Amino acid sequence: MESFLQQLINGISLGSIYALVALGYTMVYGVLRLINFAHGDVYMLGAYFGFYLSRILQGRTPYHLLDAALVMFLSMLGCAICGLLMERFAYRPVRRASRLTMLIIAIGLSLLIENAGQLIFGANPKFFPQLIPESHIKLGGLMLTNQQVIVLLTAVTLMILLNLFIYRSRTGKAMRAVSFNMDAAKLMGIDTDRIIALTFALGSALAAAGGILVSINIPGIDPLMGVMTGLKAFVAAVLGGIGNIFGAVLGGLILGLAEVMVAGYGSSTYRDAIAFLILIVILLFKPAGLLGKGAVEKV
Amino acid sequence: MAAPLGAPETAEGSLKESIRLRAGNFANTSDPNPKQRPHMFFPNQKKRRNVVSVLLATAFLSGLIACNKKDSANQSSNDILIGHYGSLTGATATFGQSAQKGIEMAIDAINASGGVLGRKLKVIVEDDQGKPEEAQTVATKLISKDRVVALLGEIASSNSLAAAPVAQASRIPMISPGSTNPKVTQVGDYIFRVCFIDPFQGLVMAKFATNTLKLKNVAVLRDIKSDYSVGLANFFVENFGKMGGAIVTDVSYSQGDKDFTAQLTAIKAKHPDGIFIPGYYTEVGLIALQARKLGITVTLLGGDGWDSSDLWKIGGTALNGCYYSNHYSVDDPSPILRKFVADFTERYRKTGDTIPDAMAALGYDAALILADAMKRANSAQPDSVRLALAQTKGFMGVTGSISLDEHRDAVKPAVVLEVKVDEKGNGRNVFKESVSP
Repeated sequence: MESFLQQLINGISLGSIYALVALGYTMVYGVLRLINFAHGDVYMLGAYFGFYLSRILQGRTPYHLLDAALVMFLSMLGCAICGLLMERFAYRPVRRASRLTMLIIAIGLSLLIENAGQLIFGANPKFFPQLIPESHIKLGGLMLTNQQVIVLLTAVTLMILLNLFIYRSRTGKAMRAVSFNMDAAKLMGIDTDRIIALTFALGSALAAAGGILVSINIPGIDPLMGVMTGLKAFVAAVLGGIGNIFGAVLGGLILGLAEVMVAGYGSSTYRDAIAFLILIVILLFKPAGLLGKGAVEKV
Repeated sequence: MAAPLGAPETAEGSLKESIRLRAGNFANTSDPNPKQRPHMFFPNQKKRRNVVSVLLATAFLSGLIACNKKDSANQSSNDILIGHYGSLTGATATFGQSAQKGIEMAIDAINASGGVLGRKLKVIVEDDQGKPEEAQTVATKLISKDRVVALLGEIASSNSLAAAPVAQASRIPMISPGSTNPKVTQVGDYIFRVCFIDPFQGLVMAKFATNTLKLKNVAVLRDIKSDYSVGLANFFVENFGKMGGAIVTDVSYSQGDKDFTAQLTAIKAKHPDGIFIPGYYTEVGLIALQARKLGITVTLLGGDGWDSSDLWKIGGTALNGCYYSNHYSVDDPSPILRKFVADFTERYRKTGDTIPDAMAALGYDAALILADAMKRANSAQPDSVRLALAQTKGFMGVTGSISLDEHRDAVKPAVVLEVKVDEKGNGRNVFKESVSP
């Protein structure tokens, strides 16, 4: 029982990271119907920004938490700018072209960032500095570290903030309108270009947060770290129903829990296989994902 | 459409022509008025120009790259060429980098004392990024393009296993500095190694766990993607069982994983008094960290895949009091080793890498043994070198006396080291005991 609860915590920590990254996929898909394959690499960039920033900033403020928050905020800002650049120079010029063109550009961009990352940051793994000194929290027989708790709380806070933004603010409403029907939104006077750019910036900032939160718990970072996480987060987004914010969170948690349970009680060899098997099974029965709405085609 | 060819026969003109001809005889040159018929692939001329210029640009760029490569292969013909393929980047990067440092030192020492057969040795190094498929590619390149007479490499067994068939088929002797999986030299009679093999290493750690640490219940956490890890785990399990110990659980991970909490939680529930992790340092460091986070305080044990200064940087103090088997201890008092350590420190102080790890020492020995075989064979012909290599007996290397047995494996003692790391990630290994075969 004790170890089951511990596995539950492990799964939720892993799942919350997938959820953060999945949110970026789902938001961009929501407004552009584009799967931004370079999103996983933005997550990697976030971790590297955090790595270099913490070298500069660590110890500059009186509190470790403030250090960590500053590093995270600046990395999120950095990645938001990367997201904006990506949108402006890679995706906007081809927005009217076929969707396949955009998809190929996304894949190309992803490879470009990965290889440029290996060139600039070096292909060897780097070790993320300890931003927050570790201390243990004992909960009955469960073992938690303060880092795990902080990571989880931060992830949840970010998700709640995003939710408030999308469902309570004017800009969020505009974003939903663009997602619903871009042309109609434009006719209603919404600056769709600005909204799309904002979506990329927000998604990229969340990916950066994911990258840093992961690195706080697991300090090894490398330029290809975004490949697998990006793929898993994409699975999570599709699982929950791509385009649906709650779906991304749900999908991330399901995937994280499934992986941990398979590795903990089955064989870790099948860990990734199971993740993708779940995807296939769910899509067979619910092609639009768990929370996705099936689109009705007019004939 | 025939008009552009009226211009003098430039490269561009002829390329256009050949593209047009290859596109089919649709736009036949004899056609009196081709403009009326759209070209099959390039219906309008402007687009066609674009396509041609893109093609030209691509051809030009790849030409440039090809020229660049050619320059590096341009060396004096009298040198004896040796190839080294290793993981200079990637998850096992310190293995390849250290081995390369050792090889460089050995080659420079040999050349300084007059070279071999009156000729200088020259090493061509290729990076395989720690991936088996790349190892095979670069080994092929070294043999077929650079025409090396012998290959040095790899440390990770899976990479050696991928490249060895290429060396064997091309009849080029290959010496692995540090691959310990028995299958490596079984590939064929051109494949050698200068280190011990895993059945022995597994026995050493099983003995150490049973006799010195008095462990009874051990969990195993193996890297299912690495031939080295799986082999070493099997030999440990076999020997530890024979000595009366119990394996309480045997779980696995895959190279490249970052999150091991699920496996570690499962291990924790079985309450072992030690965990054997025969993996490579990047993962081992992360495993140690995560194990301590989960409140697992027992001793972690491993093999020579732990040997890297990066292990300390990742795992930090989580690794204190953990043990692994290795090829040599840097504290060994033998004069030949002391000189090697001093020379290494002197040479690489600037890179911040002052203590040679086992891979550097093994790389050094592998290069020396190769040169020694060439001298004894009085030839740099691959076949003669192979015969001389197979007869290597009692060669005094920095990792001890090296004799190759009938399986082309070195028979050498192993040492057990204890890891000690301070708060800043500066570590050192403390010699615990030496076990002879």
